[in-house]
Amino acid sequence: MLAKRIIPCLDIKDGMTVKGVKFVELKTVGDPVELATAYAQQGADELVFLDITASHEGRKTFVDLVHRIARHINIPFTVGGGISELSDAEALLNAGADKISINSAAVRNPQLINNLSRHFGSQFVVVAIDAKQEEAAGDWTVTVNGGRIFTEKKLFSWAKEAEDRGAGEILFTSMDHDGVKQGFANEALARLSEDLNIPIIASGGAGNMEHFRDAFIQGKADAALAASVFHYNEISVPLLKEYLSEQGIPVR
Amino acid sequence: MAQPEIVIIKYNAGNIRSVNNALIQLGYRAEITADPEKISRADKVIFPGVGEASTTMAFLKEKGLDTLICQLRQPLLGVCLGMQLMGSHSEEGGVDCLGIFDEPIRKFVLPRPNPDNLKIPHMGWNQISNLKSDLFDQSMEGSYVYFVHSYYAALGPHTAAGTNYLLPFSAALQKDNYFATQFHPEKSGPVGLRILKRFIEL
Repeated sequence: MLAKRIIPCLDIKDGMTVKGVKFVELKTVGDPVELATAYAQQGADELVFLDITASHEGRKTFVDLVHRIARHINIPFTVGGGISELSDAEALLNAGADKISINSAAVRNPQLINNLSRHFGSQFVVVAIDAKQEEAAGDWTVTVNGGRIFTEKKLFSWAKEAEDRGAGEILFTSMDHDGVKQGFANEALARLSEDLNIPIIASGGAGNMEHFRDAFIQGKADAALAASVFHYNEISVPLLKEYLSEQGIPVR
Repeated sequence: MAQPEIVIIKYNAGNIRSVNNALIQLGYRAEITADPEKISRADKVIFPGVGEASTTMAFLKEKGLDTLICQLRQPLLGVCLGMQLMGSHSEEGGVDCLGIFDEPIRKFVLPRPNPDNLKIPHMGWNQISNLKSDLFDQSMEGSYVYFVHSYYAALGPHTAAGTNYLLPFSAALQKDNYFATQFHPEKSGPVGLRILKRFIEL
């Protein structure tokens, strides 16, 4: 049976992880390769690395880092942050990334999704969508710049358009749930999963193990992503998988 | 022991580097090449693949690699699209393939209605079972390995491992010196590395 995927997400700045990580005694504080290796050993199904570096030099550092990650882990990983052209994606593919995620660049230039999937295959293209629900039970509006800028796009129609343009997966983050640790946006997730024929990754809101179970059962998500609960050892990947398995959810 | 000569067939496939990285992790060196001479005399040949079937077949024909692959007598391992190209025909681009295995490659079809919200591609970790090949040892029965694909080979006489998504199908095929996996051993964690190691040590 196809397993539900658990995906730790690492924010990278200038080639180092940003958030402090307490869950394992690392020799080099902030070394993404060491952290990625540890997560892979713990049974993480995939990893996501988001480059939050702004500078050009930082971008080069990130590509070098992707190269090193690819040499050290042998589970799939996605990289994102600052990809706005085919050449950006190609550099990351050549460095060994399995998938790239695009977010605001796709909102600004939806044709980018078509171009990327035509050149590199749909399986390579994850479209990340940050959205906010304007009022309870209301529409979800797609946002960019970390939820600060509202766009014209609505979550469900934009997700469908992304699929039609060739996205291989949708990574949906509820900006209302992100960082609050009260669970994922399960209603919206379930609707995405029913509307679309490509996998949906749930993101934003993980606070405890039950939240993951709910994202898979109520939210019908194919994968769930989280950052701080893993980095601060509030939830360990092996224990989470044991719990989900007891709850009847197929995990590796 | 002398290092075996391993070649990875070079073409415009996405996962060539990943396969090479996995071999490096195992302590092997491989050459990535499209040179027929080097491919012919290698001890082990790996035929990777992420891409589209009809364009890749056209590329193989242009380089004369289609005939060469069919004539090899040393162990060859096809991975993902590599495996599908070893089938008889692919529904992806409606192209005739190498025909090493008799099986045609078909596209997954979602059920209507789709109460379990199954998706295409089949993406993620799934279990392999009924293992029948030197690629595997019995401890791997039921292991999870990583798949990403929208086309599949049905179960048949050459099935070396099965899996189930939408329907039961071949996770691996074997016929004589030809081995193939639909999943990505290079992305399948420790189990995947063991499968690659077993292939290199055949």
